Formats: sequence, C-alpha cells, structure tokens
Amino acid sequence: MAAKEFDIPKLPTYIEIPELNHGVMDGDGPFKSVEEFQKPLGFPGEKIDNWQEVAIAKMGELKSKYRSVQVFLDSCVKCGACTDKCHYFLGSSDPKNMPVARQDLFRSVYRRHFTFAGKYFPKLVGAKELDDDMLDDWYNYFHQCSQCRRCSVFCPYGIDTAEISMAAREILDTVGVGQKYCNQILGKALTVGNNLGLPEPALRDTLIDLEEEVEEDFGAPVKYPLDVKGAEILLITPSADFFAEPHIDGLIGYGKVFYQDGVSWTMSSYASEGANFGMFIGSYDIMRKAALRIRKAALDLEVSRVMVGECGHAWRVAYSFWNTLSGVGAGAQSSDEHAMRLQKQLDDRYPQPQHIIEYTHDLIQRGKLNFDKSENDDRTVTFHDSCNVARATNMGGIEGGQFILPRDVIKAVCNNYVDMERSTIKESTFCCGGGGGLLTDDLMEIRVKGAMPRMQALKEVEKNEGVNTLAAICAICKSQFSKVLPKFDFDPYMIVSVHQLVSAAIILDKPQTTNSSPDGQTDAEEPVIEAEETAETE
Amino acid sequence: MAQICGAEVDEEGFLVDLKDWNKEICIQMAKDDDVELTEEHWGVIDFLRDYFEEYQIAPAVRVLTKAIAKKMGKDKGNSKYLYSLFPYGPGKQGCRFAGLPKPTGCI
Repeated sequence: MAAKEFDIPKLPTYIEIPELNHGVMDGDGPFKSVEEFQKPLGFPGEKIDNWQEVAIAKMGELKSKYRSVQVFLDSCVKCGACTDKCHYFLGSSDPKNMPVARQDLFRSVYRRHFTFAGKYFPKLVGAKELDDDMLDDWYNYFHQCSQCRRCSVFCPYGIDTAEISMAAREILDTVGVGQKYCNQILGKALTVGNNLGLPEPALRDTLIDLEEEVEEDFGAPVKYPLDVKGAEILLITPSADFFAEPHIDGLIGYGKVFYQDGVSWTMSSYASEGANFGMFIGSYDIMRKAALRIRKAALDLEVSRVMVGECGHAWRVAYSFWNTLSGVGAGAQSSDEHAMRLQKQLDDRYPQPQHIIEYTHDLIQRGKLNFDKSENDDRTVTFHDSCNVARATNMGGIEGGQFILPRDVIKAVCNNYVDMERSTIKESTFCCGGGGGLLTDDLMEIRVKGAMPRMQALKEVEKNEGVNTLAAICAICKSQFSKVLPKFDFDPYMIVSVHQLVSAAIILDKPQTTNSSPDGQTDAEEPVIEAEETAETE
Repeated sequence: MAQICGAEVDEEGFLVDLKDWNKEICIQMAKDDDVELTEEHWGVIDFLRDYFEEYQIAPAVRVLTKAIAKKMGKDKGNSKYLYSLFPYGPGKQGCRFAGLPKPTGCI
C-alpha cells in the first residue's frame, strides 16, 4: 500500500504567490464511492447513463433553490483578489486551485446552459459544455476545496466558493459520482449514530474505561454519562473525541468541567456524533437527517440544554442551521410538531445550542472554576482558528466572540500564550488542510500541500516565541495536524484540544470535601443522582 | 480488484471479506509494508481481533493503549510505542494487518 510520492513544500519565510504549475494536481481525485455507500443515501450506485442531462437539470434546480449560488455565479468580475488566498493554491501552485478558477469550472457550465450569451456565443464568455473531462475536473478539484471560505473574506463581492463546491458535489452525487470517504461515513452516521460506526456497547465500555482512568489519575469521580434520561445537558461531540488522540483528552476536560460545575449531563448513544458530513456533500436532506437524530435524542432524554463539543463544522451546522433543521433554538416551523416540542422543552435562559467553550468561559467569568496554571507552564501555546467556527459562527453573542472566547479560556489556564501572524488567524485563518471531507489518506498530497500556509505561520512563532503547543477546537483539525505536523518537522504531539489544557490546570474538588461555591451562585444539582442513574442503565 | 494470498482487498489494502483473514495474509501485508512482525505486533493484532469480535469495531486508541499496557507492560501502553510497531498508525495499519475494516471518521 505504497502511498504516492510527492514533494513536501518548503516553508518560506513569508507566503508568496507561487509560480504557476499547470496540472500539477491533475488526477482522478479521491476514491469514488460505490453502490454499497451510495444507495443508502439515495444516490445512484454508479455514474448514470444520462448524467449530463440530469446534472444540468440539477444545476438549474440548485441555482433556483439557493439564490446565493446564482448570485455568486453571476457576480464575479475576475478582479483576482481571491487568487492567492487559497491554502491549496499556495501549497500546490496549481492554478486550478485559485478560488476563481475553481468557481469557473462550475461557472463556465452554468454560463453555457443558463445565460443568453453562453447559449449563443459560448466562446466569447468562456462558456463550456459539461463533458466527461469537465466532470472529471469537477470531481478532482472540488475535492481539493475544504470549503473553508477564506477566499470569500477577501472577495469584494463576498463570493463563497464553499457554496459552489457544495453545489458541485451535490450534482456529482446526483449523477452517481460520489466520494467514498464522505458517503461511507454518512451511511454509518445515519444508521449507527456516529461517523466511526461505534456501536452502543463499545461506546459505553469506552466511557466506563475512561471514568476509571480519570478517577485513577485525578482522584475524583468524574463521570462520562451515556443515555441518562432527565439530565440537564445533552452533549453532542464528534465521535473522534471517544476514539482518537489528542481528541480524547479534550473529552476528559469537558467531563472535569461538568463535574466541577456539578451539573447533570449526558451523551447519547443514538446521536453520538457532532460532525455532519451532509454539509460537506452539499445535501440539505442528508444534513437534516443527521440533525434529526440529535433532536430525537434531546426529546427522548428530556434534556433542557443542548451543547456542542469541539468540532468545527458541527458548530457551524448547530449555530447556523439547527434551529430550522431540528428546532434547537428559535425559528422552527410551527407545522413541525417535534421541533416545536423541543423548542418548548429547551431552557431559554441558556443559548441553544451552546458551545462547550461558551460554557467553560461563562464558568470562568463567574469564578466557578479554579486553576493551577503552572500545570501548563511547560507549554507556550498558540491557537488555530478552525475555519467553520471562525467564518461561519459566533460565540458568546459578542462581536468576534468566536475568536475571543477560546483565547480567553486558554489564557485562563495557561501562562504562556501567543498568536500567530495576524493575517493567518481569526477571520483570515488558514485551514488546517483537511477540512470539508478531505481528511482521508487518498488525499494526503493535497492535505500536506494545503497545510503549508498554516505550518509557515506556526514555524514563525515556534522560532520567534518558542511555541510548542498548537491548540484547536475541531476534530478534523486535530487529526489533520497529527498527520501533517511531522512532515514539516514539528512534533506531532504538539496539537492539543483546548479542553486538554483546561483539563491539565483545573483543580477538582475531591470526594468527601464540600462542594463549595465561593460566590454563592450555585445552581448545582447533586452529581450523585446522575451517578446512580448511570449505574442503573448499565 | 487486488488480491493478497488469494483474498480480495480494496483500494486501500483492506480485506473485502473479513472472514478471509489468516496469518499468512497478515504476514504478507506486513512484508509489503516492510514491517517484520514480532511477538509484540502479534500481541496487538490478537487484541484487535478479539476486541473486534466482541464489539464489531476497532478499539479506541485509549482502550488499545491501556490493554497493551496491561499485556506488555506500562512502558508500552502509549501511542508512541504503537506507532513504532505500526508506522502508518495502530488504527489504520494495525487494523489492516488484523483483518479489521478501516476505521473512518474525523480521525
């Protein structure tokens, strides 16, 4: 299983526009999905015979349904502002990875079929037919876009390549040309409840193991409850948090914060996944199906709050779409009785949904958590803003809260914090290189090349500020960095969850001591109840 | 489709039919990856297979490292050690050798 050889980009002193290398990222794209993974999602098992006709009809449907797509297709003036903003272009030097060129793969077909000039004078306006070569280019280059939306920040018209890439992938799926990685995973999420296909007994035993380990290591009975009916909080977190490193140390951290607050919480074996790859493949219907599992879990478990763990695009889906998809938050259709029921059930004194960072941040602000920051003194930390959090969401209801809150949390638990160069963070953050459904081994070349700009900024703060820890709040970012860091001569273990840093510094009340609340603001419930309920379900 | 010792494997080298697994296949897969299987490798592979039989999924990294620590000693119960045995990752390479499906997700 020899992986394809490729050159790992050298890290420059600063990012420059690369010399163009036409076709350097040409190829067949990632492994294609097969019938086994296509059918359960309602897509054809293989490329259908009349694919051109169906694809164009789908394009017509999408441009009408999503007016933004049509605006994006019509409004580009080829100013070039986006050209050097894509990490995949900067890392690969393939001009088709310039955002405008990526859009034009789609736009040229749109022009041919949906504009007057393109129908009658195609050559004059760069209109092209959707032939086999074009479809292959779509498949290849729309899987070299992580839908990170950095280009849209710099586009004077706000054209969002991510939406175009989602539309292209939806059309590809519709004609039977799907991506194996995303579609196989979605099948598991919609049947087993999580992307890994982790069944309930394995999840339960993994969490019990974790409880033992945490109690042994920290001397406090921190619980990781599953399917506890009547708990206050339902935590929806990426399944990587149960399974992978460094993710699991973040999960340990969430548990410690809940323990210290004294709140009752639970996870769900039915909805054991925060990630929602329905967004990556551009399918609203599948995204909704995944979100409805969460609604069902919230209703069944009768929780009053829904919280999201460290997952980038999960937070985008939760923050931007859950309200209308599932009724978490306000705005569900009054005809949707389950959504209305959930809206009534959830406690409107809290943000619904709430991010785990917002929750921990709030406890810190209210003085409910105590830390020994010196536990993190071996670290000089920098924070990687994950694209979906940075450019599609908010935290704390304050302007730029999605940048401020995570940094506040880190600074509350670490003495040494520095930011990377300002054009590479916050709304201008560079993608890790593995987002948007690209976190698969068969895309390793583009993942490594696309990581270059982020690695360059990291190298600078490593050199100048002694940074040895990279913190993130996204499962994909964490996995991607674990893989690509060593390619650029970093320690793969330098990537951590923000809640791993919290976990290291938090001072836990040990059993037999009173659960004191210095400011008297306790709204704590007795953790004992939750522990008993957990025991009953075993 | 490619084959290893007569058994079909997918484009990533994982067995198509998990029932096809035998030691000969495992040894051949390791050979193709330039890995010489030692007693420690077999310890991990056996655990992976046992766990899969019980839960129908590969173990979480932490579950695996804990089990290996118990089996082979505390100094070996960490992912660094497991990566030294399986350079492409205990999850992915280890599972492939052991005849498990590839773990996929945000991992």
